[in-house]
Amino acid sequence: MFLPPVIALHIPDGFLSVPVAAFGWLLLVAALAAALRQTRAQLGERQVPMMGVIAAFVFAAQMINFPVAGGTSGHLVGGALVAILLGPWAAVLVMTSVIAVQALLFQDGGLLALGFNAVNMGVLSALVGYTVFRQLSRLAGEDRGYLLRAGIAAWVSVEVAAAATALQLAVSGTSPLTLALPAMLGIHAAIGLGEALITAGALAFIRQTRPDLLQSHTAAARGSGWVAAGLVIALAVALVSPLASSDPDGLERVAIDQGFEELAQEPGYELLPDYTIPFVEHEALTTILAGVLGVLAVAAVTYGLARFVRRGQSV
Amino acid sequence: MNPVFRERYQQGTTALHRLDARVKLVMALLLALGVSLTPEGVWPVYALQWCLIAAVGAAGGLSAWRLGRAAAVALPFTLAAAALVFTTPGEPVARAGGLVITGAGLARFLSIVLKSWLAVQAALLLAMTTPFDDILAAARSLKVPDTLVAIVGFMYRYLYVLVDEAQSLLRARAARSAALPGKPSGGSLRWRARVAGGMVGSLFLRSFERSERVYAAMLSRGYDGRLRGFAPPPLDWRSAGWAALPVLLMAVTVVLAFVFRSSA
Amino acid sequence: MSHHSIEVDGLCYRYPDGRVALENVSLHVAPDEKVALVGPNGAGKSTLLLHLNGVLRPAAGSIRVAGLPLEDRHLGQIRAAVGLVFQNPDDQLFSTRVYDDVAFGPLHLGLDEAEVRARVATALDAVGMSAYADRSSYHLSMGEKKRIAIATVLSMSPQILVLDEPTAGLDPRARRQLIGLLRGLEQQTMLISTHDMRLVSELCSRTIVLDGGHIIADGPTQVILSDDALLERHGLERP
Repeated sequence: MFLPPVIALHIPDGFLSVPVAAFGWLLLVAALAAALRQTRAQLGERQVPMMGVIAAFVFAAQMINFPVAGGTSGHLVGGALVAILLGPWAAVLVMTSVIAVQALLFQDGGLLALGFNAVNMGVLSALVGYTVFRQLSRLAGEDRGYLLRAGIAAWVSVEVAAAATALQLAVSGTSPLTLALPAMLGIHAAIGLGEALITAGALAFIRQTRPDLLQSHTAAARGSGWVAAGLVIALAVALVSPLASSDPDGLERVAIDQGFEELAQEPGYELLPDYTIPFVEHEALTTILAGVLGVLAVAAVTYGLARFVRRGQSV
Repeated sequence: MNPVFRERYQQGTTALHRLDARVKLVMALLLALGVSLTPEGVWPVYALQWCLIAAVGAAGGLSAWRLGRAAAVALPFTLAAAALVFTTPGEPVARAGGLVITGAGLARFLSIVLKSWLAVQAALLLAMTTPFDDILAAARSLKVPDTLVAIVGFMYRYLYVLVDEAQSLLRARAARSAALPGKPSGGSLRWRARVAGGMVGSLFLRSFERSERVYAAMLSRGYDGRLRGFAPPPLDWRSAGWAALPVLLMAVTVVLAFVFRSSA
Repeated sequence: MSHHSIEVDGLCYRYPDGRVALENVSLHVAPDEKVALVGPNGAGKSTLLLHLNGVLRPAAGSIRVAGLPLEDRHLGQIRAAVGLVFQNPDDQLFSTRVYDDVAFGPLHLGLDEAEVRARVATALDAVGMSAYADRSSYHLSMGEKKRIAIATVLSMSPQILVLDEPTAGLDPRARRQLIGLLRGLEQQTMLISTHDMRLVSELCSRTIVLDGGHIIADGPTQVILSDDALLERHGLERP
């Protein structure tokens, strides 16, 4: 459709409005502060070289692809795999390093957009992937369907990252949500399948060769489930509200009709561009999105501060 | 150097190469920020910004052509914004299939493409004239947490080592992938995924075990959990002043853009 | 005995999975002695070497290095005294620049910057790699990497050098250069684990044979290397 798979999820600069990009950085800083604190407590001095080499592994593993069907090929993003292997907070640091190097070294993703790129593919995919995996384990039991659980977690992690990307593009006024969201989710449903298969395949190999590496990381996962749930609920609210408030039938027809019936009302430059989707009540939508972003921003800052204060006390 | 990934860095001794990486990092960020802050549809201002970035590039021995071509990496992503051509309200200028392209939509789309292209060039001013080590050192002295900088440093050190390993795995798979005439090759999807997954899994184990040996090598040279490095050299404020000029000019173009917009 | 010496008595070690790696290993190396440690793959050579500066800790037995018992409070001093050169230089050279790798040890000894820089310069000069300070190790040849790996411990001014397969993976010329380099390092006690029997006969006056976690033989190199039956039994060969 509009988004061939080559695009993947690395947003270049220019596609996110400045406030949206800044908000991404804010979220990233809060998530990194939490992740650094957690990994320091859990892994000790061994963590740094290990996470660095594993970040290089993710980069290299993304080259390994396999033909799925009809000329498309499956390959790895890696967030869920690393989260299952090292625990969610270490995975946040590993994946963020991967995204940062891709941006700095190969211009794969922008500098200003690095905040949300890392949040989408680093923080969200690792935390959500891990949480889904843990919750499924709780439901199904630790021993049953290990690889299936991992595959589902990997698939969900990619879809969530794709949905988040679509949302950020929509809020920035770069791509209408009703087109971007289904397109992103549709394409990444297929990409996620590759992710799921490789994640499961890799875990199958590791389970056979070094089963000792697959202990659970319940201690190293502290707080990750809550943060993941919070992020996903915020995303879901933001996504569902505009769709729920408009007639889903004939949505596209309305878009096209209005596309030329409405005269151009050039919006001046505004902080949150009021343009999002021309065919639903923009004001309501913008309000909802702005509200969600605001809540997230406050939550992120509060969380970061709480961490900071607690660290000050414990030292 | 691994042929698959070409780093952007070009060796040189130009003024831009010699500029303190900390200053250059902030400059590149501010230039990209300026481009992003510029509103849509201000074509003359984009031209000015392009001249400005090209001029800084020239100070680094980078031709506008090379900079522009290297910045084309971001162009495929512009398809993500392509729908705007149809969905932005405005005067219809053309029809494609059943869809109507509006003038406002076209302007909006082209603005995004141009701004993205300019912002990537701003980032390239840093990447093409600064060794990655210096970018890392700059990030550290700009208060990026040490742990994070160290992780990225280790990642960079082992990036190509592991890319080489991944490629030799891929070559080994290719060497054993044969097809007989008239027979389907490659096995079932499940089998193919299992092979690829096995490659990823074995690459992970090798990486993990390597990280344990690296850790042992660090321990044996006195690592106690705290990474130490040289103190950063003092900042040369004269060079920082030099770099402020393009940033100021960028700010002027952004102001111009708003003036231009409100008068148009 | 004090400085420059290694004293291992009754060392036992098991791998995490329970297999015995070393059993009742005792060896003493006198100051400035150059000793070879030979034996087939899996004999426990690398495991033994990793004990010498406390990366691994013995399950039983005692280790004294440079006159100090291997205990937590001496760990810093012991690691400064023992320069351990790993088999794969890609593990040893973990920094992005050669210079930073050579500086890593002295920096973590807590030396001041001027002293660190002086030591880096001396160490790079000693291995003939001064011109490579700003290079990244990924781009170097195996021989160059091995020499820089040695510089990364020389910069710590160790009393004892412990080398794991220093000539493995080298072409003949790089191997000759490396042996020449090691021969020039006269002030350090050396324990070299290797399969390279010509290196043994050229550099080491004494040879220890390790197999299956046990010390099989320990004596003058000429005696060990002329005992064909012994060499045959433990998968070794004459130079």
